[in-house]
Amino acid sequence: MILDINPNQVGEGELTEEEQIYKENILDHYKNPHNFGSIDTATFRYKEFNPLCGDQIEIFLELDQSNKVKDVKFKGNGCAISQAAISMLTDSIKNKNIQELKKIKDEDVLTMLGIPIGIVRIKCALLGLKALHKSLEEFSDE
Amino acid sequence: MLNNKLSLNLEKIRKDFVILNQKVHGHRLVYLDNASTSQKPIQVIEAINNYYQEYNANVHRGIYELSEKSTHQYELAHRKVAVFIGASFEEIIFTRGTTESINLLAYSLGQNLKPGDEIVLTQMEHHSNIVPWQEIAKRQSAQIKYIPITSEGELDLDAAKKIITDKTKIVSVAHVSNVLGTINPVKEIGQIAHNHNALFIVDGAQSVPNMAINVKEINCDFLAFSGHKMIGPTGIGVLYGKKDLLEKMSPFLYGGDMIREVSFQNSSWNCLPWKFEAGTPNIVGGIGLGIAIDYLKQIGMKEIEDYEKEITAYALKRLQTIEDLVIYGPKDPEKRIATISFNVKGIHAHDLATILDREGIAVRGGHHCAMPLMNLLGITASARASFYFYNTFEDVDALIEGIKKAKKVFKL
Repeated sequence: MILDINPNQVGEGELTEEEQIYKENILDHYKNPHNFGSIDTATFRYKEFNPLCGDQIEIFLELDQSNKVKDVKFKGNGCAISQAAISMLTDSIKNKNIQELKKIKDEDVLTMLGIPIGIVRIKCALLGLKALHKSLEEFSDE
Repeated sequence: MLNNKLSLNLEKIRKDFVILNQKVHGHRLVYLDNASTSQKPIQVIEAINNYYQEYNANVHRGIYELSEKSTHQYELAHRKVAVFIGASFEEIIFTRGTTESINLLAYSLGQNLKPGDEIVLTQMEHHSNIVPWQEIAKRQSAQIKYIPITSEGELDLDAAKKIITDKTKIVSVAHVSNVLGTINPVKEIGQIAHNHNALFIVDGAQSVPNMAINVKEINCDFLAFSGHKMIGPTGIGVLYGKKDLLEKMSPFLYGGDMIREVSFQNSSWNCLPWKFEAGTPNIVGGIGLGIAIDYLKQIGMKEIEDYEKEITAYALKRLQTIEDLVIYGPKDPEKRIATISFNVKGIHAHDLATILDREGIAVRGGHHCAMPLMNLLGITASARASFYFYNTFEDVDALIEGIKKAKKVFKL
């Protein structure tokens, strides 16, 4: 035996099924992301970087005349968490108006993912939302 | 059984590194991020404690027992570092770390650069040996050139001979790459630099912790390294410089302790090394680094180097058995240290690091502060496992099992 067990462990012990990050639907979105691609005629576009790893996401938004999301696409590469988050996020914003997009909170994305995200990986999870919100910065309500 | 080819007394060593003796997520902690920062033995932690509990006082100022003791210990630490790398006492400047050491050089040497002068770096530098030079180059209208790397992840020496010319004033090179693990032929590069009267700087952040280093043998003009990567505290680092060069250089930071005489109009500088240590220094960090060096010397740097070669060979051999795993850098253990970057096809380095963490294994996932090199390799991130002398062959096995588990999770 190399080591004794230290009562002041850092981790919480074996992970339960619920605590596993890489659930089936996360991996599905990672391997087959929804809304992947680009829109040449995008109304707004923005590229955001994750300085932690250099990952990047570029988001393309096309709005209709009433400023609702007609189409959305994203490009970039990253880890399963960032890719699944942007894949789910883009699914959820179609037909929403700009005010609604601006109101999306960090917690909404974390709820969509439905997995425990630690302090280090939260930047990955929120990279897509950050890109979305930055893309809207030029838009003013008159 | 702790080790197949036991050249170090690992059982005894691991008892000194109390932090390793814990469980993370229900698994034995396997710490493999030593290229980022190393763990500290109880001897270093106790030295820090003793300083604060028994003789905390400022150095070079108080005429009383406590200050005499702290001054003595702080200066002794400089001597220990000097002996450790084959330098003399005046040539050892304590800084915050490698980054500050290189900034000191960039600012102090940089002001002598003229438009058209050239600084030569390599394609495998850490950001800390690129960004300070970029800033100085902008200010002085100097040029930066990079020695390219081969497909094997080694420096192209033939190219270096063409890139370093009489226009070159400074050559600054990593002794060991923090991504590829490559050991660079610094002696040869130094010779080329000196043939053209350029100053030769070695970034020793990844070499000094793992190899026996002698600045006379390398014949570098400057050597920068960090205490925290060699079982010392954070916030303490070293700049070695040849005495005659340091004497000619102007200070980097100005203020207390670095002066000889100050009037309202003018000041003159203290003797070496204090000319470069302005303000109250990291006293306890310096003392802790001194104890860390005592510890390393007790084991022996040659012994550490030999043991790490064995663990490198074993890790490379086992990693290469995993399908769809790409290793960056030399495959020959003689040409590298035990810092191994790799990617598994279909798993992002971040995800791999997260899954390994759930198995109690700490590795780095990311760009390792070497984005230009990562671009060159055509990747944005890699996983990196870096071993130190307290790691065991069982740690390698744990890593291999962890990677296999990750592939299973990702259904690869």
